Amino acid sequence: MIVVGLVLVAVGTVLFHLLSPWWWTPIASNWGYIDDTIVLTFWITGTVFIAVILFMAYCALRYKHRAGVRSEYRPENKNLEWWLTIVTTVGVAGMLIPGLFVWNQFVTVPAEATEIEVMAKQWSWSFRKPGKDGKLGTTNVRLVNADNPFGIDPKDPNGQDDVLVDGDNLHLPLNKPIKVLLRSLDVLHDFYVPQFRAKMDMVPGAVTYFWFTPTRTGTFDILCFELCGVGHHAMRSQVVVEAQTAYDNWLNQQMTFKKALAAVEKRAAENKQLASRKAAADIVATIAAD
Amino acid sequence: MAEVGAEIERIGPAEVEDVELYHAKSWITKYVFSQDAKVIAIQYSATAIAIGMVALVLSWLMRLQLGFPESFDFIEAQDYYQFITMHGMIMVVYLLTALFLGGFGNYLIPLMVGARDMVFPYVNMLSYWIYLLAVLVLVASFFVPGGPTGAGWTLYPPQAILTGTPGAGAGIVLMLVSLALFIIGFTMGGLNYVTTVLQARTRGMTLMRMPLTVWGIFTATVLALLAFPALFVGAVMMTLDSVLGTSFFMPTIVSQGELLKHDGGSPILFQHLFWFFGHPEVYIVALPAFGIVSDLISVHARRHIFGYRMMVWAIVIIGALSFVVWAHHMYVSGMNPYFGFFFATTTLIIAVPTAIKVYNWTLTLWRANINFTLPMLFALAFIVTFVNGGITGLFLGNVVVDVPLSDTMFVVAHFHMVMGVAPILVIFGAIYHWYPLMTGRMLNEAMGQFHFWVTFLGAYMIFLPIHYLGFLGVPRRYFEMGTTSFIPESAHTLNEFITVVALIVGVAQLVFFYNVVWSMIKGKKAGHNPWKATTLEWQTEEVPPGHGNFGRELPVVYRWAYDYGVPGAEDDFVPQNHPPKRAPARAAE
Repeated sequence: MIVVGLVLVAVGTVLFHLLSPWWWTPIASNWGYIDDTIVLTFWITGTVFIAVILFMAYCALRYKHRAGVRSEYRPENKNLEWWLTIVTTVGVAGMLIPGLFVWNQFVTVPAEATEIEVMAKQWSWSFRKPGKDGKLGTTNVRLVNADNPFGIDPKDPNGQDDVLVDGDNLHLPLNKPIKVLLRSLDVLHDFYVPQFRAKMDMVPGAVTYFWFTPTRTGTFDILCFELCGVGHHAMRSQVVVEAQTAYDNWLNQQMTFKKALAAVEKRAAENKQLASRKAAADIVATIAAD
Repeated sequence: MAEVGAEIERIGPAEVEDVELYHAKSWITKYVFSQDAKVIAIQYSATAIAIGMVALVLSWLMRLQLGFPESFDFIEAQDYYQFITMHGMIMVVYLLTALFLGGFGNYLIPLMVGARDMVFPYVNMLSYWIYLLAVLVLVASFFVPGGPTGAGWTLYPPQAILTGTPGAGAGIVLMLVSLALFIIGFTMGGLNYVTTVLQARTRGMTLMRMPLTVWGIFTATVLALLAFPALFVGAVMMTLDSVLGTSFFMPTIVSQGELLKHDGGSPILFQHLFWFFGHPEVYIVALPAFGIVSDLISVHARRHIFGYRMMVWAIVIIGALSFVVWAHHMYVSGMNPYFGFFFATTTLIIAVPTAIKVYNWTLTLWRANINFTLPMLFALAFIVTFVNGGITGLFLGNVVVDVPLSDTMFVVAHFHMVMGVAPILVIFGAIYHWYPLMTGRMLNEAMGQFHFWVTFLGAYMIFLPIHYLGFLGVPRRYFEMGTTSFIPESAHTLNEFITVVALIVGVAQLVFFYNVVWSMIKGKKAGHNPWKATTLEWQTEEVPPGHGNFGRELPVVYRWAYDYGVPGAEDDFVPQNHPPKRAPARAAE
């Protein structure tokens, strides 16, 4: 019975893998090496797993209890133990070394990468890109308010031409390496697009980053991948990867920080005017009531 | 292996150990405020299993939501996050840690090393009562305004103490207080286990003759004594952040449009403290399971454990390494990414001693004479699920592979297989194995077979497919997926299937509980040493053993714990306290 059970588990696992319609969502970034490392790990470990189960099934079949029979008394076998240790070490190194090699690429951001910023708060995403100067303006959480949701320092000239995308999808040009700077206003979040394979937590009080190159046009879901409160599952946006010309068109339509500030000032001036008119009307009303 | 088996040919006559124990004078001091490690063990186990049932029910509710979203009005997003949080924390700390160390540790350590009791029985009693208080405080958090915390079992700040997370007021504070109490209670027990193993072993019980069960529990206790303080300080600091407004873990934050008063703290600091505890915690659960399963396999395969010394060193090395791998839980936390090189290397090195343990378990079966008893079946099932969960650890430990997989359902599948299903299968195996000692009766075989097959195959069918959802990119800790373009309809069907199986496996546990109660009254009488085991707990005068464990004299140990199938021996096993044949001749000299 247990022999059948063990064989069933081994065969069932292999069949499940072969027949499963669920596998990696097709990749849309340069991180194919990550997928390769996973496939390598999968085959090495999968083989060991099946081999262990089948060996146990064999023992269960061959060495089932028989009356009058004794088990072999041989508490140690130095040779065998050393061989198994060495083979295992080689197998582990065979997974670790390629893994570290790819990790080295992951932490080495190419010099030509364009910086963009993704900012998270409960439970929405916003994005910021440098203007023509190629530099993002400095920010400070204490400057965040309804008129300056990113908390950009208005005195920093680099920030004036920053492109702000609040409440819209993120657009990215195809085949250009991107360094994503990550910021959070409140709690931990995590920016992840499954097709890109790369993710990183966003930590309030710090700026984190990762890099990737989009390699396929399309619209992909952005999900928050670090539990961030009751709205966690609904914290969504999308990223549109498109050719350079389409991207440039989109970029030109976006609001810059300078324009946003101007709009705020204009509105403030109007409000002031309105307020003084209202005050005058109030005085008139008061006098009339007397 | 002559060194282990027969090196001591002569040991002086056993002296009567007249240990002064506090003998209970009333029913209350015998069964309630008991200082007998065996009674304390059963109190710990019963409490742990009771709170574990709460976690089991929470898992059903979670599975209902995942399998059939938008079908249950009584499960809102905040409820779901509370379910996952409490389920995780209860299972890891209040069930598994308490059951392995407080339960099996208390019952087996004194018996297996040939001691009358733990060395500090009174402190041992306090340990249980403080544990019970910790559980009650935890349960109380279900009834306070806002409910229990829903911050995830990792309790990451700032989330855990900010509005926007369920239970951010009273819930999280009670959780932290309960953890602090648990740690205080555990420390009392833990010092007992360690001191008893080091100081109270009977004559002839050298460290390298101890059963692997004791090695596993002993090493796990040492880990826990070193790891829990990190969680303790983390809990105290977060309580201060929450109650007094300090900023240990809180940077400048704009929460829901409002600038908070905190300034300058580090959320990642908490993660380091948490995982400095959290990773050893995995081995606090795993090492006792490793030890126990080694003994189950050896006894029921009627063969010595293969490579005993290697097994002991593997336990010790795994324990030591478990303190230098913690940040593999934090590869994408935003810590300095260069740490990844170090932690990936240490993490994958752990795979080597762990693999050796697996080889040695299977090589114990090789050329054995295997009885397919219930404990043996559970032990085999443990190896299957542990290897399955262990190899997926090689994915997640290898830093760059972790990047796409972290926080997906793959992680959920991995840790459930390796530190949920696998240790729980060992717990079941251990209960089927030691129940005859604790009660004097055998558990019913037919009910046990049913329980085994449904639990093993069912649990495997639940968690194997979840890995594939993780490959797909399905995140963990999601109340519902809503419309997500990369998730096909078939994934929802799979979730329904998993939920149905989970409910079946859950209900099948009732058969086990029924068996435990039924067999206590109607089970077959076990008699002395029904499994023909060599270890000391089976060599007591009375079954179940009375207060003081052994008769007038403590047993004297002449050999290791694994003399099965010794060539030339009368029987196929030789108990540890069985003197070698030549000893009487020498003694007469």
